[in-house]
Amino acid sequence: MIVEALGYGFFQNALIAGMLVSIASGIIGSLIVVNRMVFLAGGIAHTSYGGIGLAIYFGIPVFFGATLFSLAASILMAYITINNREKLDIYIGLVWSVGMAIGILFIDMTPGYNVDLMSYLFGSILAVSQEDIYYMSALLAIIVLCVIFFYKDLLAVSYDSEYAALRGVNVKFFYTFILMLSALSIVMAIKLVGLILVIALLTIPIYLAIKLSSSLAMMMFLSSLFSILFTFVGLFFSYKFDLTAGATIIMVGACVLIMFLIYEKISTHYLNR
Amino acid sequence: MDAINIKNLTCFYDEQKVLEDINLDVKERDFLAIIGPNGGGKSTLLKSILGIITPKKGSIKIFGKENLKSLEMIGYVPQNTNINIDFPIRVIDVVMMGHVDTCAHEGAVSKNRFFNIFSKPHEIQCALGSLKEVGMEAYAYKKIATLSGGQRQRVMIARALCSNPKILLLDEPTSNIDAEGQRSIYELLKKLNEHITIVVISHDISVILEYANKVVHINKRLVFHDMQKNINKVTKHEGHFCEVELMQMLGGQK
Ligand SMILES: Nc1ncnc2c1ncn2[C@@H]1O[C@H](COP(=O)(O)OP(=O)(O)OP(=O)(O)O)[C@@H](O)[C@H]1O
Ligand SMILES: [Mg+2]
Repeated sequence: MIVEALGYGFFQNALIAGMLVSIASGIIGSLIVVNRMVFLAGGIAHTSYGGIGLAIYFGIPVFFGATLFSLAASILMAYITINNREKLDIYIGLVWSVGMAIGILFIDMTPGYNVDLMSYLFGSILAVSQEDIYYMSALLAIIVLCVIFFYKDLLAVSYDSEYAALRGVNVKFFYTFILMLSALSIVMAIKLVGLILVIALLTIPIYLAIKLSSSLAMMMFLSSLFSILFTFVGLFFSYKFDLTAGATIIMVGACVLIMFLIYEKISTHYLNR
Repeated sequence: MDAINIKNLTCFYDEQKVLEDINLDVKERDFLAIIGPNGGGKSTLLKSILGIITPKKGSIKIFGKENLKSLEMIGYVPQNTNINIDFPIRVIDVVMMGHVDTCAHEGAVSKNRFFNIFSKPHEIQCALGSLKEVGMEAYAYKKIATLSGGQRQRVMIARALCSNPKILLLDEPTSNIDAEGQRSIYELLKKLNEHITIVVISHDISVILEYANKVVHINKRLVFHDMQKNINKVTKHEGHFCEVELMQMLGGQK
């Protein structure tokens, strides 16, 4: 059964793409969670739908259009959060919904194009092409290089931004930078699980890893590992039972997280007695 | 020479005047305590000494030098701070964030900041040294999330000590710590005071009167107090007293 699945080119592509996405979302998801940016990341994910709509309307490659648009969205989000401490959720909510509306309207206006909306909302990992994989590899390479190059600063800003500022780290720049990297990994993750479930991929493996890690780097590594595991198991289940791949992957992760939380509750309960 | 010399300092947040015409000298090896009501501008004063906030008017000199925007001379322990307690990080890695390469000059700093996920031996040595000073060397490789509030505060002090500062600024270092833990932190500060000038913000008046040699009261403006006189007053006073009572005693405007 597994061997049979592995024989198909589309399934091999799905595994490779799943692995690339998992590594990216493990690394960036860790940064998002420790910086408490989950809401912002969700905003970027939904806003990027505007990029998908525009790309389809103007005939630009969709993946590329979504990347540019969500990068712009992330810079806008960073600008808003840095400059408006109050009314933050109103502004973010506005960007979030306007982005989605732009996407829907431009797809409406695209003549004679019967776009499969579901594939962007829920992912289309089984339809990943060779070019998609090249593109994802390039995005992942950018993410990994940036994180290694700026690791100390990213750590300092994430742990204690006020103190980092004192040490001469440009906190506003790195805040924006983390959101831009988030945009890249979100675009990758949309391919795997769709924009509705992106946040799950960027948080579930991370919540598991944060308990088991003693450093940010270790947390990134473990998150990626869990994410790969969930993706592979999810992909096989979805193949076997003919289910939507993205949702299956998230359900696998969610089940593991729930079991872990129950185990943790029980063990601390018995330890404390 | 004064460790810190503040002249006619006025600070604003946007339109709001937070500090007005502050004059303050801190001598070398002073133990200065800053008291005052919430929102009185205590943290703002520390932040302007650190150079985080640019004053509207006036000057701040650190050992005679103005515009010293470096943590080399000054160690800083922030108030509570919005640090995520669950952050996966070991004690020693936190302390190392306070390390300043003393041989690195401006421009050279950026060179060795990038591409180093792994810490250098001299950084580790420095961090272990500061942990030893605060009595926490046994916890160096523990996760910070497993420490108690008092232990975590010691780690924050160790981080500030990691750059070998001549002045240590602490913003309410014992606000979430029980009486015993509080006393042991002040004992530590007293020991550090043998070679470091200490400035501490606190609401724990009774402890301050015991450890500090100078007290200032800040509520937008500053009132300076001669410690010796106050200690006499307090010892005469005996028993318990609340902050308001003391404020009146010290003549600060409320
Ligand atoms: N980042 C900021 N932006 C705008 N106003 C601020 C900011 N930080 C502080 N303030 C204002 O400046 C005033 C002084 O604040 P500060 O934090 O210095 O008080 P504090 O004496 O340290 O109080 P506490 O005892 O509560 O710590 C307050 O009225 C506060 O509202
Ligand atoms: Mg304060």
